[in-house]
Amino acid sequence: MAETLFEKLWRRHHIADLGGGTGLIAIDRILLHERTGGVALKSLAAAGRNVAAPAQVFATMDHVVDTRPGRTDATIMPTGTSFIRETRAAAQAAGIRLFDIGDPGQGIVHVISPEQGIVLPGVTLVCPDSHTCSQGALGALAWGIGTTEAEHALATCALRVKKPKTMRITVSGVLDSGVTPKDLALHIAARIGSAGAKGHVVEYAGTAVRALDIEGRLTLCNMATELSAFTAIIAPDETTIAYLEGRPFAPTGEQWTAAVADWRSLASDSDATFDLELRIDAADVRPMVSWGTSPQQSLPLGDTIPAGGEDDLHHRALAYMGLREGETVAGLKLDAAFIGSCTNARLSDLRRAAIILAGRHVAPGIRAICVPGSTAVKAAAEAEGIDRVFKEAGFEWREAGCSMCFFAGGESFGVRERVITSTNRNFESRQGPETRSHLASPEVVAASAVAGVITDPRTLEAL
Amino acid sequence: MQPFTTLTSIAAPLIRENIDTDAIIPSREIKSVSKEGLADGLFAGWRYTAIDGREPDPAFILNQPDYADARILLGGGNFGCGSSREHAAWALAEYGFRAIVAPSFNPIFRGNCVRNGIVPVELPAEAIDRLIQSQAITIDLPAQRVEAPDGSSFAFPIEEEAKEMLLNGLDAIDLTLRLRDTIADFRATDRALHPWIYLS
Repeated sequence: MAETLFEKLWRRHHIADLGGGTGLIAIDRILLHERTGGVALKSLAAAGRNVAAPAQVFATMDHVVDTRPGRTDATIMPTGTSFIRETRAAAQAAGIRLFDIGDPGQGIVHVISPEQGIVLPGVTLVCPDSHTCSQGALGALAWGIGTTEAEHALATCALRVKKPKTMRITVSGVLDSGVTPKDLALHIAARIGSAGAKGHVVEYAGTAVRALDIEGRLTLCNMATELSAFTAIIAPDETTIAYLEGRPFAPTGEQWTAAVADWRSLASDSDATFDLELRIDAADVRPMVSWGTSPQQSLPLGDTIPAGGEDDLHHRALAYMGLREGETVAGLKLDAAFIGSCTNARLSDLRRAAIILAGRHVAPGIRAICVPGSTAVKAAAEAEGIDRVFKEAGFEWREAGCSMCFFAGGESFGVRERVITSTNRNFESRQGPETRSHLASPEVVAASAVAGVITDPRTLEAL
Repeated sequence: MQPFTTLTSIAAPLIRENIDTDAIIPSREIKSVSKEGLADGLFAGWRYTAIDGREPDPAFILNQPDYADARILLGGGNFGCGSSREHAAWALAEYGFRAIVAPSFNPIFRGNCVRNGIVPVELPAEAIDRLIQSQAITIDLPAQRVEAPDGSSFAFPIEEEAKEMLLNGLDAIDLTLRLRDTIADFRATDRALHPWIYLS
């Protein structure tokens, strides 16, 4: 019978049928961070249970850790140090590889896992973090879970999972130059809404997806959780294989050869059927920006905010954002610009932003911050001189972490400040108390920081 | 985990679409490496007059005397979207909520509810509208029904496994550990087929 890629991976990991459509699914990789992972390890130990396969488990410091230069265990977040120290102690006690502060492998969990070759095509990978769907970009079945489920996976190497439905989003054609994977992700969110893929495994396919490099695929898959998807996945191909070769935890020698042969077989059958299908013409995707308090409230730069009719959510979002129907988002005056997060803080993101920033300067009064996604991204950017471009343009250049993608206490953007941000969530008070976040690509963030107002990079004055 | 059979309570209506877990428990309210002490931060951004303050905003539904004892929350669609933080479910449970009624739930949040003794009741928005009243409603989990005081009653779906766990207050890890040998056999077979997956 014809199968989708997801169904193949489900079958491959299916240990037992638990009835009612629920399977006991083998878990190959577990990732933890100090905000939700430390509590899982602590709670597991308190229950007298062990981590069953510590070599398959990895932890990092990303959510709570400071990103200011010269950081230590001390945090601006009032109680952040306890998260760092308790996670460190629990990871050491459990024998888990921890990418600690100061480790060259430290960084945002969804940035370092591909970088280290921890995520591989065909594996199941879980992490108590909703953006784990990012890692489906490498052809893994990777999904976000809660802390109690993480404890379950740690103790048993398995999870009890209700089999999700499948959806394929096929993007045909070619994205225009100047249109990025982030624009595609926001286009999809605007089109199908924040519950548009609810509970489904979304397979991204089509020529425009195939043409993306791994970092672009990670950005696209990252935002599947903003569609309420179970996760996203992209079938592995030569791009995936080339990306993984030589990564620290990727297989080597004969095992590499065997793995590659297996990975080449991982694709949906041509006659496989999906529960939902969506087709998108890449030519319809334009540079996007969000206007509201949900990623679905996004529109092409230059378009005007639509009328909401009787929709309370629409009017509540407008009031929160200090906007009116019919207003154009492009041209809105900004207070701050942020480049960072598991969505858009990889080397290619920083390179593209740097091309715009080179020889330019952030507009007066704009607070601009760049937080590389990992210590390795930061080091590679510095080797290319990208840090100097950012700094000379007036950006703060930070240590790796999640940083001001959310407001954990302590450091945040200000009350009712308008921020252009390369992150994934524009929820109320996500980036600071009553902060007004506009999601966009790193290019749009860079161009907007320079102009001081939300700006399409293609309209920036030539140097 | 406390078993759940039936519950009769006033239901607090917080009918907004896309109530995200940042709204349920803001990052800044997650102050320790613990599953406890979170009820105080529940809906902090809406519940209090100031960020980091603790003066109740009288306009917020949970601060109104009629709903002080509410153990059921009525919500909008895509309830619990956003961050996977289980702190959202822990905060709701510690505050006293045992059931949430909404047109749809985010899948991770829904799972977190079940693991913390909160029944996710999925009903159409029109049915939820009829539950917004001043008298208590009843959630009957064995029968999978919600009964309104006017006599109307609505069936809701729930996965067999989730129902079983909620009814009996079961710990999923204990259940799975009964299959320990099956899991070990599976892993041994899979290791031979896909050795590169196993890092030791």
